[in-house]
Amino acid sequence: MPGDLMAAFSIAELGHFALVLALFVAIAQSVVPLVGAHRGDAAMMGMARPGAVALALLVGFAFCALMYSFIVSDFSVSNVFENSHTDKPMLYKISGVWGNHEGSLLLWITTLVVFGLAVALSSSNIPPQLRARALSVQAMITVGFLLFILLTSNPFERIDPAPFNGRGLNPLLQDPGLAFHPPMLYLGYVGFSMAFSFAVAALIEGRVDAAWARWVRPWTLVAWTFLTAGIALGSWWAYYELGWGGWWYWDPVENASFMPWLIGTALLHSAIVVEKRDSLKSWTILLAILTFGMSLLGTFLVRSGVITSVHAFASDPTRGLFILLLLVVSVGGALVLYAWRAPQLKGGGLFAPVSREGALLLNNLLMSTATATVLLGTLYPLIADTLNLGKVSVGPPFFDGVFVPLMVPAIIAMAIGPMLAWKRGDLRGALGRLWMAAGLGVAGMITVWLMRGGAVGDILASFGIGLAIWLFVGTLMEFGDRIKLFRAPLSESGRRARNLPRAAWGMTIAHAGIALIVAGVTASSAWKGEAVQTQAFGETVTVNGWDFTLLSAETFEDENYTGVRGTFRLSKDGEEIALMTPEKRTYTAPPMPTTEAAIHTTGLHDLYAVIGDPTADGKAFVTRLYFEPLVPFLWYGSAMLCLGGLVSLSDRRHRVGAPVRRRETQAAPGAKPARA
Amino acid sequence: MTRKKRRLTLIGLGMLLLSAATALVLTAFQDNLVFFYSPSDLQTKPLAADQRFRLGGMVADGSVERDGQTIRFTVTDYAASTPVVFSGILPDLFREGQGVVTEGRLNAEGVFQATEVLAKHDENYMPPEVSDALQRTGKMPNTMTMPDSTPQTGS
Repeated sequence: MPGDLMAAFSIAELGHFALVLALFVAIAQSVVPLVGAHRGDAAMMGMARPGAVALALLVGFAFCALMYSFIVSDFSVSNVFENSHTDKPMLYKISGVWGNHEGSLLLWITTLVVFGLAVALSSSNIPPQLRARALSVQAMITVGFLLFILLTSNPFERIDPAPFNGRGLNPLLQDPGLAFHPPMLYLGYVGFSMAFSFAVAALIEGRVDAAWARWVRPWTLVAWTFLTAGIALGSWWAYYELGWGGWWYWDPVENASFMPWLIGTALLHSAIVVEKRDSLKSWTILLAILTFGMSLLGTFLVRSGVITSVHAFASDPTRGLFILLLLVVSVGGALVLYAWRAPQLKGGGLFAPVSREGALLLNNLLMSTATATVLLGTLYPLIADTLNLGKVSVGPPFFDGVFVPLMVPAIIAMAIGPMLAWKRGDLRGALGRLWMAAGLGVAGMITVWLMRGGAVGDILASFGIGLAIWLFVGTLMEFGDRIKLFRAPLSESGRRARNLPRAAWGMTIAHAGIALIVAGVTASSAWKGEAVQTQAFGETVTVNGWDFTLLSAETFEDENYTGVRGTFRLSKDGEEIALMTPEKRTYTAPPMPTTEAAIHTTGLHDLYAVIGDPTADGKAFVTRLYFEPLVPFLWYGSAMLCLGGLVSLSDRRHRVGAPVRRRETQAAPGAKPARA
Repeated sequence: MTRKKRRLTLIGLGMLLLSAATALVLTAFQDNLVFFYSPSDLQTKPLAADQRFRLGGMVADGSVERDGQTIRFTVTDYAASTPVVFSGILPDLFREGQGVVTEGRLNAEGVFQATEVLAKHDENYMPPEVSDALQRTGKMPNTMTMPDSTPQTGS
């Protein structure tokens, strides 16, 4: 219908136009409120709010325009032609918007301005100066990315004449898990931009205090929660979609999302110290800068294709260069500002090494060290290649070898830290209260080890399980202590639990989630059972006591793919548990095969079956069967992390007024914080 | 505890962690760096016996032979070739005439025993090592879709 086509034409063009307008708004936004804050000009500072709204509307419109082009399959837009197809289900037409470089960049910018909007509209207890400065800094980042998208990666580029149909989306990406993975990840990555903007604003202002930390923490928490969800979704997707039964490969692109997570976790914890104790200020600012730096680095690694990765998509070096430039300018500029201004940020409360602050600092040190080692391992192939040391790859053994020893003390300390008092803690007292956690941990370790047959090779993994138990029980005991469980009447405990700050609930849930993840990681890496074979019809293969019988295999057809579906009978001790139907699909647009594993979960373990190619006579298939112990714990644990983040976010102190900022004239160096 | 003493404790702890991390990184690097070679490299560069490495190039046309789960194929950079044997299910995107990266060891007969064949998400993607190796031998096939081969656009 020509009328529709005309409408589609103008909509894509309008989207492009909106982006250009947004660039000019962002340029104004990055200058006017900043100057206003410097001069104390309320009218100029007042520009920040409507500016943020205008930016969000313009970029949001552009994003909707691109989505519209995908939904109506407007193949005159080159991006739609490259990544969509009329036969594609609606969900994947929509997720196709961000399933490619240009569109995902537009999603990046959309997230960026939405965060700006949220800060602009959030409760008005942020001082106008700080808000104006933070929104200006946020707008500067937006300018950089708008230039990037308009100059190198225009999602609205047109083709004339329009092709009849598109090339389709990479079938691996046609999956509900992956439809939501990039937006989650981006909300996380980009969310850290808010902490960055607040940090730079505070540096410009030359002041960081408890109130500042209280404004920054919710934004960090939001970003961290989304990033956690994004990483978990990606991992889950890799687990069921790639057909290798693995959930983490230490692949550069995975690392790219994991590094901001690690250092963001450090930021989340150090911001608590700033808020409660007015200490570790300049360190927290540095972490805020570095966390967003890692997000930008992650974007660079994924989008530039400089590093060999299973994720690497076809890419363009000039784009990589542009992101690198953005990274250098924004993080470099922030660090210069930091070097200049940070010495003015006088530390507040003193504390002994053994104290809550000390434990949080230990978390920070371990998380930053872990980030640094992951960074080194990720970039080393690039460095070696540049220095002509040969082409190398750094694989999972390196990361396991470095990362695991760093996490062991972190997990031990994680149960103790919350038991310590602020300022000066009682380590012996805390350990005394954790006797049950330690006892159960050791008992669990020995039990698991004996159950596995007492082999030397199982000692380390059993230790991992022991650690998980220690952390889980320790976290619950700390919670029990707070609500006086079993030491006061249950009604009293219930009342205390209800009155406990949501942040404390959040911590308990998240820390317990980490314990589950530790158990899942340990068990699934150490005790995964695997069998690869040619399996004839009727033949049974046993993996760790589970019998997989290949019953049949038939070909079938669906909307946009054809495939072979195998049927396995899964049984244990002669009793049928389930029928499993793994598939091998061949998509029509683009023509590409994918593996759909069949997973049966007992809630504790997963059984995992993959069907491969038939033998020449067609009477047997190559099959791959896995026993995946405790893998579901990874997903439970990740869900608890996100839940913990959300619960903590709902803490009332983030909503009600933050403590009144001390007047500059009253602020004496080293003054007591407003509240402990 | 004074500010100065606290700072010293913190710096001390930080240094301790840093040196521990450095030690960990160095040991891990020593054992786990995997080098990349093309079939031509194998003829010119000396290899330590039993060294684990990555072999990359193109899967030679007509070279794939399947025998149950054992697969034999030849990796070539069009200047030299190396026979490879792999046991297991190949990644979905493994195809003759496409780029491939395998990891494993060379046995006494000069056959590369792969324990891993790396999967890619994108059919048009060629690992940079492979395209570099092919460019060095000047044998980059022009039928191969190269990164960013977007079609000519009208605007």
